[in-house]
Amino acid sequence: MRHYSAFSILRNGLSGNKHWSRAWRDPAPKPAYEVVIVGGGGHGLATAYYLAKEHGIRNVAVLEKGWLGGGNTGRNTTIVRSNYMMPGNTMFYERSMQLWENLSQELNYNVMMSRRGYYYLFHSPGQGDTARRRTNIMRANGIDAELFDRPEVMKRLPYLDYSENARFPIYGAAYQGRAGTARHDAVAWGYARAADRQGIDLIQQCEVTGYLWDDGQIVGVETSRGPIRASKVALAVAGHTSHLAAKAGLRLPIETHVLQAFVTEPLKPLVDHVIIFGAEHFYISQSDKGGLVLGGDLDGFNSYAQRGGLPIVEHTLQSAKALMPSLSRLRLLRHWAGAMDMTMDGSPIIGKMPVDGLWLNGGWCYGGFKATPASGFCFAWTIARGESHPDSAEFTLKRFERGYQIDETGAGPHPKAH
Amino acid sequence: MLRIECPVCGLRDETEFAYGEDATVRRPDMDEADVKIWHDYVFIRDNPRGPHKEYWHHVAGCRQWIRVERDTLTHEILGSILAREVAA
Ligand SMILES: Cc1cc2nc3c(=O)[nH]c(=O)nc-3n(C[C@H](O)[C@H](O)[C@H](O)COP(=O)(O)OP(=O)(O)OC[C@H]3O[C@@H](n4cnc5c(N)ncnc54)[C@H](O)[C@@H]3O)c2cc1C
Ligand SMILES: [Zn+2]
Repeated sequence: MRHYSAFSILRNGLSGNKHWSRAWRDPAPKPAYEVVIVGGGGHGLATAYYLAKEHGIRNVAVLEKGWLGGGNTGRNTTIVRSNYMMPGNTMFYERSMQLWENLSQELNYNVMMSRRGYYYLFHSPGQGDTARRRTNIMRANGIDAELFDRPEVMKRLPYLDYSENARFPIYGAAYQGRAGTARHDAVAWGYARAADRQGIDLIQQCEVTGYLWDDGQIVGVETSRGPIRASKVALAVAGHTSHLAAKAGLRLPIETHVLQAFVTEPLKPLVDHVIIFGAEHFYISQSDKGGLVLGGDLDGFNSYAQRGGLPIVEHTLQSAKALMPSLSRLRLLRHWAGAMDMTMDGSPIIGKMPVDGLWLNGGWCYGGFKATPASGFCFAWTIARGESHPDSAEFTLKRFERGYQIDETGAGPHPKAH
Repeated sequence: MLRIECPVCGLRDETEFAYGEDATVRRPDMDEADVKIWHDYVFIRDNPRGPHKEYWHHVAGCRQWIRVERDTLTHEILGSILAREVAA
């Protein structure tokens, strides 16, 4: 496995790009490992990488039923931000932001982290007060945040609808300048390659179908490629968390819901930032290839289908047009969906489960892409040391029975409302 | 687009309905004192990958609450009855 550098690009370019080595091996599963991670998305791969790098645990396999990054990691709208305000969340997401800053260098893989700035528009004085509160909490925690009034937003984002006809007039925006987007596939591939270089086995086309038990304790997994023993089994399966927990006899505070994303035909550079429409659940950014990337609401009912329905297509495009009338003639190129594990308070779960031998990283709702580095870092810590990392210490299952939910939106125990 | 069978109005578009919630969840008796039972009622769901019983409100139709059985993996609708018949 060679180091990537400007020199290697030049050398391989000159020799017709025929001599690149594989980015990672394709090993057959061994009969036993110290840790088996289920799920080869960003979170599972990052966990494997940090287990090796931070804790020297290299006898690890990542088992993926499809292909690496084929789940939500490769389906999201790639927004990375740390504008959280609840105790328990705020510093976790800020740690993730700090890890993003140096991630390409650390992994020797360009994850295309682009700090293009993130605007959250508000459309009423009350919404402005809420944005001001969040901005103040962020600044009090040393996180960059600014508040802009309407004239400033008009100067910065001149292409939005500021006319008399605007259904939801723009009063101003909260802004995080260090936020932006990253290339989602590259994040999975970068962690995969870096984990493989540490000696970790990445095993694709290997579905976990159940567990191996010994005296009430989990000691491995049943898979489509045979049984694999492990002292610790760690789940990072996003929308399938409840499904795999049920096989271990656990019921969780989670419902699985579907979220869609959309990309338009490519345009010349138009939208330089990430923009959130505060009146509807709608967000927009522009990919490096020129396509506008659009996201909206959940489809709104429990679903594992990984495909979305037409009502949300219509809703999202109506929002797009209400915010930026100039988009009305654009054609959509593709749309797709991912199945996400929505928790009862909208915040994740990282930790040891009530069944011995089982560890869980899940409940990421639709905000888990930005969390990938910190999630892997904290989950690896938890698995290696048997105790929570301080930054993820509040992400317990127990918080629900203790009454310590971390509810950013204040929506209560309704997963589809977070 | 889901097409949902309303026992009163017949087969209608999903957009006429509002999704309620998991229909297998039952509120405990008000004098229930076990915190675990309340915790499970408020927070814990089976979340099956397959047939799921759920409430929908035919809000832009007859305004009846109905209980639909739907497969969460295929979105196939397996049946529906009026919610008040479930409660009875
Ligand atoms: C449309 C959409 C837009 C989003 N936008 C954003 C955004 O802008 N910003 C943001 O921060 N977050 C966003 N998210 C959320 C984010 O994508 C996820 O939270 C994050 O990618 C989850 O990563 P993961 O590694 O946990 O899951 P995944 O990438 O889904 O990985 C889980 C893996 O587990 C595998 N698996 C499942 N069951 C088994 C089994 N039995 N055996 C073996 N393998 C199994 C799956 O195949 C999958 O590859 C969005 C999500 C969606 C769907
Ligand atoms: Zn009806």
